[in-house]
Amino acid sequence: METRELICIGCPMGCPLKVEMDGGEVSSVTGNTCKRGDDYARKEVTNPTRIVTSSVIVEGGSLAAVSVKTKEDIPKGKIFDIMKALKGVKVQAPVHIGDVILSNVADTGVDIIATKDVL
Amino acid sequence: MLKYDIVIVGGGPAGLAAAVSAKRNGIASILVLERDKELGGILNQCIHNGFGLHTFKEELTGPEYAGRFIEQLKEEKIEYKLNTMVMDISDSKVVTAMNREEGMFEIQAKAVVLAMGCRERARGALNIPGYRPAGIYSAGTAQRLVNMEGYMPGREVVILGSGDIGLIMARRMTLEGAKVKVVAELLPYSGGLKRNIVQCLDDFGIPLKLSHTVVDIDGKERVEGITIAQVDENRRPIPGTEEHYTCDTLLLSCGLIPENEISRSLGVEMSPITSGPLVNECLETNVEGVFACGNVLHVHDLVDFVSEEAGAAGKHAAEYVANGAKHQPSNAKDIPIVATEGARYTVPKTINPDRMDEKHTVRFRVGDVYKNCYVSVYLNEERVIHRKRPVVAPGEMEEVVLKKEDLAAFPGLSQITVKIEEA
Amino acid sequence: MYDVVIIGAGVSGAASARELSKYKLKVCVVEKEEDVCCGTSKANSAIAHAGFDAESGSLMAKLNVEGSQMMEGLSKELDFPYKKNGSLVVCLREEEIPNLEELYERGVKNGVKDLRIINRKELEELEPNIADEAVAALYAPTGGIVCPFGMNIAFAENAACNGVEFKFDTEVTGFERNGDLWTVKTSQGDIETRYVVNAAGVYADQFHNMVSEKKLHITPRRGDYCLLDRSTEGFVTHTIFQLPGKYGKGVLVTPTVHGNTLVGPTAIDIEDREGTNTTQAGIDELIGKAGTTVKGLPIRQVITSFAGLRAHEDGHEFCIGELEDAKGFIDCAGIESPGLTSAPAIGKMVAEIVKDLAGAEENPDFVAERKGILDPKALSNEERAKLIQENPAYGNIICRCEMITEGEIIDAINRPLGAKSLDGVKRRTRAGMGRCQAGFCSPRTIEILARERGVDPSEITKSGGNSKIIVGINKDRI
Repeated sequence: METRELICIGCPMGCPLKVEMDGGEVSSVTGNTCKRGDDYARKEVTNPTRIVTSSVIVEGGSLAAVSVKTKEDIPKGKIFDIMKALKGVKVQAPVHIGDVILSNVADTGVDIIATKDVL
Repeated sequence: MLKYDIVIVGGGPAGLAAAVSAKRNGIASILVLERDKELGGILNQCIHNGFGLHTFKEELTGPEYAGRFIEQLKEEKIEYKLNTMVMDISDSKVVTAMNREEGMFEIQAKAVVLAMGCRERARGALNIPGYRPAGIYSAGTAQRLVNMEGYMPGREVVILGSGDIGLIMARRMTLEGAKVKVVAELLPYSGGLKRNIVQCLDDFGIPLKLSHTVVDIDGKERVEGITIAQVDENRRPIPGTEEHYTCDTLLLSCGLIPENEISRSLGVEMSPITSGPLVNECLETNVEGVFACGNVLHVHDLVDFVSEEAGAAGKHAAEYVANGAKHQPSNAKDIPIVATEGARYTVPKTINPDRMDEKHTVRFRVGDVYKNCYVSVYLNEERVIHRKRPVVAPGEMEEVVLKKEDLAAFPGLSQITVKIEEA
Repeated sequence: MYDVVIIGAGVSGAASARELSKYKLKVCVVEKEEDVCCGTSKANSAIAHAGFDAESGSLMAKLNVEGSQMMEGLSKELDFPYKKNGSLVVCLREEEIPNLEELYERGVKNGVKDLRIINRKELEELEPNIADEAVAALYAPTGGIVCPFGMNIAFAENAACNGVEFKFDTEVTGFERNGDLWTVKTSQGDIETRYVVNAAGVYADQFHNMVSEKKLHITPRRGDYCLLDRSTEGFVTHTIFQLPGKYGKGVLVTPTVHGNTLVGPTAIDIEDREGTNTTQAGIDELIGKAGTTVKGLPIRQVITSFAGLRAHEDGHEFCIGELEDAKGFIDCAGIESPGLTSAPAIGKMVAEIVKDLAGAEENPDFVAERKGILDPKALSNEERAKLIQENPAYGNIICRCEMITEGEIIDAINRPLGAKSLDGVKRRTRAGMGRCQAGFCSPRTIEILARERGVDPSEITKSGGNSKIIVGINKDRI
């Protein structure tokens, strides 16, 4: 039996959550005051994911850099692998919102896409 | 002189939404004036995600959110000028602006929408003692350098203030290779969203020290260290609680101030609480035909609410142009809305039961954290709304919805009161 | 080989350089910082004192009154901001009126014109926000306010245009006497000269003591200040002093030439000659005292606080002259308040001493006029439109708090002794001096500085040395 403690991000209340784990399975969530806390806790302890955003240098464009993101959530543990993969990446203008900057970044199966037009 | 029906000062989220809304409400002659080299305002440097859940039902980054509105602006063929600074607005609504190509020029407007946004509170306004070396940035300046120009403003960072920009920058600097040592917050609670505390600080093991402030800045050329100390209930540092951090950077995220210099010189009446204009339910200021929306009116947490508010301002500006003064005739008086007992202010400040829509959302902020409380609204002495809330906090804007039928039906209505009541 | 080496490009050194450029002399100013106006001259009350304060018969009194009288003409000749706003020394207690009268007498003796004591009624008319306790005041219509950067930079620029050389980032480390010549040892090598002018501010005693047996002692006396936003313009229109106490002039409240309100200074004797850090105690003291002479001071409108060091000499007197035991070495030391006001007269006095020693002839090519950086705000809309047509950079606002254009910043960088750093631009144009304190404009100013100077943005500093703003590029350490 393992216990994980989290703070719920569902609302400003910030309920302190206790998640009891049995093997890889969640056996109970306590401390939450609503359903959202339960959902958040279960996801966060079994498969925490994040969107990673950054910016990369653009050459020949109207701006020096273009903002980018992972097109979908990636496993939380992969955040720094993704940043390393983005190191030194340069793109040529024009870039459009949604353009793939790096595909299958850090073997996550997720693409890095531009979030801004730089012409 | 150029002539436009509506001139919108600022091409950030508020200005864009106001312009699109005014166009869709029947006004063709609109000009947006933006001082930066692109539309979108501060959203361009907010490259993190979490924008647009209310407006677009999906999570977008700042530039993507701005992009959606810029697209709408272009679809509506609304005119705009970039790199253009508004220098002055006269009470007869002559807007004096300046840019490289056209020099100084004047525009006669029928209505003006103020959407200039806000600026960050600087070190000086916080009276932080110590040296004044390089390496002290407002969080937004650092955000611009890192996200838009690709530069690192520092390697080892202390952040004062746990506003959302500070929290977001703690994560951004960490991801880009800096070491964020601590976030100090003067108040006993954070001004930022819970989600940002977890995902920007906890994810990276960055400590958040509540009731702490910076008491000394070390380093004559570049920051070499920062001393923080715990504060007492009067927010005064407690001697003996000092902790020194070796670092080369101090980021400040200590609040935003609406940028109303032009509004003031135009004679717009200001709220000492929000530092923004006092407006009626049409978001019109005391200067007829001058409207305000977005962070120039009051600082928002969510851009979705800025867009919604700006949409209303654009619509009312359009009505004003179409119908002239008192854009919708009214037999009723403007009823003042008084914020008291925990509620700090409301937008709007007055509401006219005759002129208002069927429902009107009144937004406000609370002055402290209240748990298990009620948000209450009184019409004169009678309580008409008594909504239970598990928690309200200064960092999150609150709202109540007033109904036209309730107000119109209330005999002798002279005041609406919004307050927080203990359970 | 120079005729004169001046140590220090503060206001005394720059004024001396400018006056010396009226003669056929080869003059060099050495400065340890990257720019002019980096020490005491940049952080003070920005007051042109009328001259009633200094002890009658002292050099301080003489040069103060002379400087005050020269200021208006000089501000036109050299194009720096100055305003004769008048000053008031406010008496808060009936029983202190004799002290006020004493001050009046001293002022008259010092040669201050138009001085008079006014009653509460007249005081209220002049300053509606005067404290309720105020009973009377000494009114000096000749008192003024000046832009200290503007004056210092104007002196230096005019000196440079008239042939004076300036060496920055050059720290003096010692002296050698070789016959009639001095060798000035610096961090950038030796410099030979016939005369040395020691205008080194809080360091002047150190240099003096290297060459003289009659020791001088200077104490850095720190003064903390709070600067309030321009929205407070008009809160006071005169410079308001408290009747002087044990520590100088106490806390004053004054408008600045740019429309801010300035409150300060404290007076704290310290050891560190670079100790310009503000302290909580200092700021608290200031805020505590600031409300004594005026009521309802909008102290919440503070946009920055800062501290400067006065070079307080033990005898509280200006020490100007050739040293008896070190011929050719001219002190310009102990220049504390009213040093800024006295600067024009100090420069003249130093130049006359050196000219007489050197037997120098007048420089027939000397140009007295200097044009400052064009302020487009002073133009009519039509003139401004024309200016932008000729040079579009004047249509591009960079600092939105102070409404400073790219054109002004480019001028500041490219003129003689031009700005090299953000602070250099700030002191010359006010870009970054407003309510957001450079939050918005600094990335843009860095870009312009880098472009105009042909260097990478990462090389641009806040104020020279290691005061870097950009330390690398994203992800370079991951």
